[in-house]
Amino acid sequence: MPSLPDLQFIAARASLLDLASFLDRVQRHGQDGDYRLEALREALPILLSTGPHRARRILESLSDQSQEPIPAATIQGALGAPKKEPKIS
Amino acid sequence: MRYIEPHGHMVSRTTDDYAAMVTAGCAAVCEPAFWAGYDRKNAHGFYDYFLQLTEYEPRRAAKYHLPHYTWLCINPKESEDTALADDVIALIPDLLAKPNVLGIGEIGLNKNSRNELLILEKHLQLAADHDQLVLVHTPHLEDKLKGTRLILDAIQNFSTLRPERVIIDHVEEHTAPLVLDRGFWAGITLYPESKATPNRAIDMLELYGHQNIWLNSACDWGHSDPLAVPRTALQMRHRGYDATFIDRILYQNPLEFLSQNPRFKL
Ligand SMILES: [Zn+2]
Repeated sequence: MPSLPDLQFIAARASLLDLASFLDRVQRHGQDGDYRLEALREALPILLSTGPHRARRILESLSDQSQEPIPAATIQGALGAPKKEPKIS
Repeated sequence: MRYIEPHGHMVSRTTDDYAAMVTAGCAAVCEPAFWAGYDRKNAHGFYDYFLQLTEYEPRRAAKYHLPHYTWLCINPKESEDTALADDVIALIPDLLAKPNVLGIGEIGLNKNSRNELLILEKHLQLAADHDQLVLVHTPHLEDKLKGTRLILDAIQNFSTLRPERVIIDHVEEHTAPLVLDRGFWAGITLYPESKATPNRAIDMLELYGHQNIWLNSACDWGHSDPLAVPRTALQMRHRGYDATFIDRILYQNPLEFLSQNPRFKL
């Protein structure tokens, strides 16, 4: 295997900067309360973990973990992170 | 280099795309029936689309010396209206005789609703009754993991649908092992943002093996790249994989799955 850092480090560095500037941008415009940002913040520690399968674990973290079919489809698209049910206190 | 594009929505592409694909080494394209970007109002709209897939598009592809095959169904995005879906499914048996039809697809789930699941089961019954290959679309983003689990369970309720005759498409790192461990084929879709990149696709080959996996571009009217498969071959070369390996993944693997229908000949 050729040196992956030689091949891909610059691209990975650019991805990291893109993510950082996105977090700055949504904060600057007062939008970091969006539930998708919350989901992103929950997934970020997986990036720093040392175990393998970080991509898989991030995908699982951003997945709807319910098991039953929903009663009816009310939209056709997907938004990238599951919307958590509001907690009943 | 030669490759098969096993999942491309060519009705949405220009003739320039046909020329570029063939120039890059495309040996055949397979086009599953899908959502047109809007909901069709009645079954007549689908009948016309099925004629486009089985008559017009193969003629357009032939002008570029490209064999064109197709799969028929009503896609899950339009399956919430079960009366419409029943009307469309009723059209399909007669059209299975068309010479470029490979099977039922791309069926599956979109938002994982009860009606979508009901219509998925009706398609699976159709495939079982007519001994057809099956191509399955898995949901997008946050819905994929749940949908993949529901789909795998639904298929395994049909004992005559053998997993080696079913491909579960759009797998990612969290669903590929679920699919492969149960003996199904897995399709990795190279889509700029919402599915897999070339690098992640190659990672999945390294993680989950080279058997029973194909790569596709799923190029359609959305943000997608009809040359995503040959571009991934270039990334494989960068990582040190040789031409034999690339041929195995991009040509031999889809050939192996698709040849289960004797109509698929290159
Ligand atoms: Zn598709």
